[in-house]
Amino acid sequence: MAAILGKKLGMTQVFREDGSVVPVTVIEAGPCKVTAVRDGERDGYAAVQLACGEIKEGKLTRAEAGHLKKAGAPPMRHLVEFRDEDLGAEEGPKVGDDVTVSSFEAGQKVKVSGVSIGKGFQGGIKRHNFSQGPVSHGSHNVRAPGSIGASASPARVFKGTRMPGQMGAKRVTQRGLEVADVDAERNLLLIKGSVPGSRNAVVEVRTDG
Amino acid sequence: MSSAIDSIERRQLRQGLPRFGPGDRVRVHFQVVEGSRRRTQVFEGIVLRRQGSGARETFTVRKQSFGVSVERTFPLHSPKIEKLEVAARGDVRRAKLYYLRGRTGKAARVAERRWGIDEELVSAPTAAAEPEAVDAEGATQEEIETAEAQEATEGEEATEGEEAATGDSGEGSA
Repeated sequence: MAAILGKKLGMTQVFREDGSVVPVTVIEAGPCKVTAVRDGERDGYAAVQLACGEIKEGKLTRAEAGHLKKAGAPPMRHLVEFRDEDLGAEEGPKVGDDVTVSSFEAGQKVKVSGVSIGKGFQGGIKRHNFSQGPVSHGSHNVRAPGSIGASASPARVFKGTRMPGQMGAKRVTQRGLEVADVDAERNLLLIKGSVPGSRNAVVEVRTDG
Repeated sequence: MSSAIDSIERRQLRQGLPRFGPGDRVRVHFQVVEGSRRRTQVFEGIVLRRQGSGARETFTVRKQSFGVSVERTFPLHSPKIEKLEVAARGDVRRAKLYYLRGRTGKAARVAERRWGIDEELVSAPTAAAEPEAVDAEGATQEEIETAEAQEATEGEEATEGEEAATGDSGEGSA
């Protein structure tokens, strides 16, 4: 098990040794500090808390600054807890530990979580892949959602019915991604394929399965 | 683009590629893997376009194969390309030669350019020759230079051979 926080830098491509082209997302991850360890007895659940993203000390509240200081961490912008994570350490994670990209290796399966790119208020066609209605012969049902349920019974619209609304800008986890390469020197993770989030967004990378 | 992505791309750039552009007739020696065996295939045709930039740049080559037009797009910096030879320079006025697609036979030819060839065949260092991309060892630099020189001479020989070849095809279609 391994987990790390990082910043999505963008996408590019790399050539494998056999000459094939692999599309990759470049994530600048860590080094993160373990700032807290939750255990089942004291906190009711097991987790580790990682910090990342440099920030001016003056921008933190005194509570935040004190919390980071206890872990010996520099002022950091983001704190994220990873549930049931042992970070691969023998005797469990300790506050003040450093987490770097070297805890990942090429070929490993990972899942990446982030806040997806916001698309705003969208209709059913873009948001749920509804099909369009007819556009000719006097039709006014062009991008309308169509039927949203039956009539007198149940006489209401079921909860969760797919309709227009806010699309994107919510937490998404992409599973089964492959680590294409790890650059420990520059703290870079190259992950095959795309990951949720815009450029410069914070993403969580965890081992999958 | 972030500097990290930029350096990842710059690391993959190949040195010593000949200068070529749309309209040029090129010979691409491309590695093909069949099971465990790998052999080299030569794809010769006219460059239709160059697309993209940096390590992501690709070029498309169009040729006639048994009466059927075939187009193939190669990543310019792919390690699968063993050798890239320029067989002839084309005299064209467009960056994308899509107009060739609608044409067949004589109309689908590109006139050969006879000016400004000598100085161009000596391949000038590309954008890859920026400080970070150049290897630290002097040895590799020398190797690259010799490789460039070789490619240049081969290119000239190939041009002569190509002239003969185009003459043949002209008779064939007439």
